[in-house]
Amino acid sequence: MAKDTIVNSIASLRNSHDLRRIAARLRAEVVAMSHRAGTPHLASALSCIDILTAAYWHVLRLDPAQPDAPNRDRFILSKGHAATALYATLAARGFFPQSTLDSYHTDGGALAEHPGPRCAPGIEAATGSLGHGLSIGVGEALAGRIGGYDYRVYALLSDGECNEGAVWEAALFAAAQHLDRLCIVVDYNKWQATARSNETMSLEPLGEKWAAFGWDAHEIDGHDLEALCEHMDRVPSASGKPTAIIAHTIKGRGISFMQDDNNWHYRIPNAEELALAKAELDMP
Amino acid sequence: MRNAFADEVTEQGKRDPSIVLLAGDIGNRLFDEFKLAAPDRFYNCGVAEANMVGMAAGMAMCGLRPVVYTITPFITYRVIEQIRDDLCYHHVPVILVGTGSGLRYASLGATHHSLEEMAMLRTLPGMTVLAPADSAELRACLRDALRLDGPVYMRIGKKGEPALHAEPVEHAIGRHFILRNGGDVCLLATGVAAANALEAAKLLENAGIAARVVSVPTVKPLGTDLLEEAFSTFPLVVSIEEHGLIGGFGAAIAEWYADRETPAAGRLLRIGTADAFMHEAGETEYAQEHYGISAEAIARRIERRLLARPAHVRLA
Repeated sequence: MAKDTIVNSIASLRNSHDLRRIAARLRAEVVAMSHRAGTPHLASALSCIDILTAAYWHVLRLDPAQPDAPNRDRFILSKGHAATALYATLAARGFFPQSTLDSYHTDGGALAEHPGPRCAPGIEAATGSLGHGLSIGVGEALAGRIGGYDYRVYALLSDGECNEGAVWEAALFAAAQHLDRLCIVVDYNKWQATARSNETMSLEPLGEKWAAFGWDAHEIDGHDLEALCEHMDRVPSASGKPTAIIAHTIKGRGISFMQDDNNWHYRIPNAEELALAKAELDMP
Repeated sequence: MRNAFADEVTEQGKRDPSIVLLAGDIGNRLFDEFKLAAPDRFYNCGVAEANMVGMAAGMAMCGLRPVVYTITPFITYRVIEQIRDDLCYHHVPVILVGTGSGLRYASLGATHHSLEEMAMLRTLPGMTVLAPADSAELRACLRDALRLDGPVYMRIGKKGEPALHAEPVEHAIGRHFILRNGGDVCLLATGVAAANALEAAKLLENAGIAARVVSVPTVKPLGTDLLEEAFSTFPLVVSIEEHGLIGGFGAAIAEWYADRETPAAGRLLRIGTADAFMHEAGETEYAQEHYGISAEAIARRIERRLLARPAHVRLA
């Protein structure tokens, strides 16, 4: 039962051409933010742009005018180092003005390199240390059940984040509780900060691991907007299980000279690189 | 004390539908009554404390009031980052309850001792740190904590702790309780150590020293009015805790003491456990002797200190 009347004003875009244009705009924004502020983690932000686009322009039942509505869907950026992607998304979606976004990483500004607690409308949780967001999401999903709400909770994890033991604690508990309104998306870009993910920790077979932990697991192309929409839309899962979407992505996706080059975990684009990136994205 | 906790949280849970009880696979049968009263608000979270604390944060963000219970080391040391980031940084109303604190589980070995955790939690912004002395203080602490808007840590004993209050206590956070009066020395005790402080006062009486014994269940924020009064009235103020000397209750008093603009009249003596693990087996009483926090050891320390400063002893 819905407890309030939220969210008739969802964006609900399905047209993948429109979604692709939004994603390109967000990519240009995060490259510009990284350049302007001199902040790293750009490639990590680029790899999850399509996931955020599908979530915020199609899947999530949200109203930017009521960011605290009790029955809103929750989206937790558990991989907090992709903060620029979330900030750009929320600004573009109307949760806060462009001027707030422009103050990213300035002294005294609201938006730091990792999101702080309720630092701006639409930010559901403070993250930055990996392995926290899913447990928070489990608590929110359970609270929804206890309170009789029908909201859904989505958490975006990185593949490196799946090194953290707490992720698997949360996975086991969510499955035991049949939290079918909980969904994770793993931004599986195959890199962590300093090495290939699977050379660091044996994540593979990642989809099967989540399935073995009791989740309804699906592996998809994490840059296929239609597939992202379709799979995130399936929450709550008919299986009665929580949903795990293993989104195969490319780190630095969308900018040819950044794609799958892990130097861009920390590198910061100069003016020339920014211009090249914008040209590739066909953005002014 | 854990039975009093179970009883009080059940009582409060019946009244307030926002209270949820999370336990880390402990308290077999202890919460049967709660489960009966609110089956959808009790969760055994397994042996997975990091998830349990993170979950509690998520529940609190959605308007619930989680009370999270397990053995002290596992709800403090093991999950210090979850406490810091998920509870304190978000400043959400989650109550952590550590059972068997200090040396209550002495015989289980040092993995189950907690002599450093108040120090750790006391440093976290916005965290309230409570150490009730007996079941009556525990009940009042829990009721008060449920009215706060931020995170609370409460360390409690196990079972069989003596009742120090004849009457129920209504409020406890920010209050102190004079358990015994005397004019020569003031004993400020927190948590279950208050019982030993009282026993020590009896031993001191035999030696002709009249001790005031005060139970101070709120370690953070520290009640400075009490300290002002104690240090201006008594030549010697003694802090007593079943916790290490680094960073605990006595250390908090020492910090206050050091920062005073004008020197305090009274001197401070801190009694707590040393900076060392206990490697041998032993029950709680043995461990208290080992660490020098038994009633006898407390009385000996105080007597020696007062004799060393005869001018400070006010003979009755």
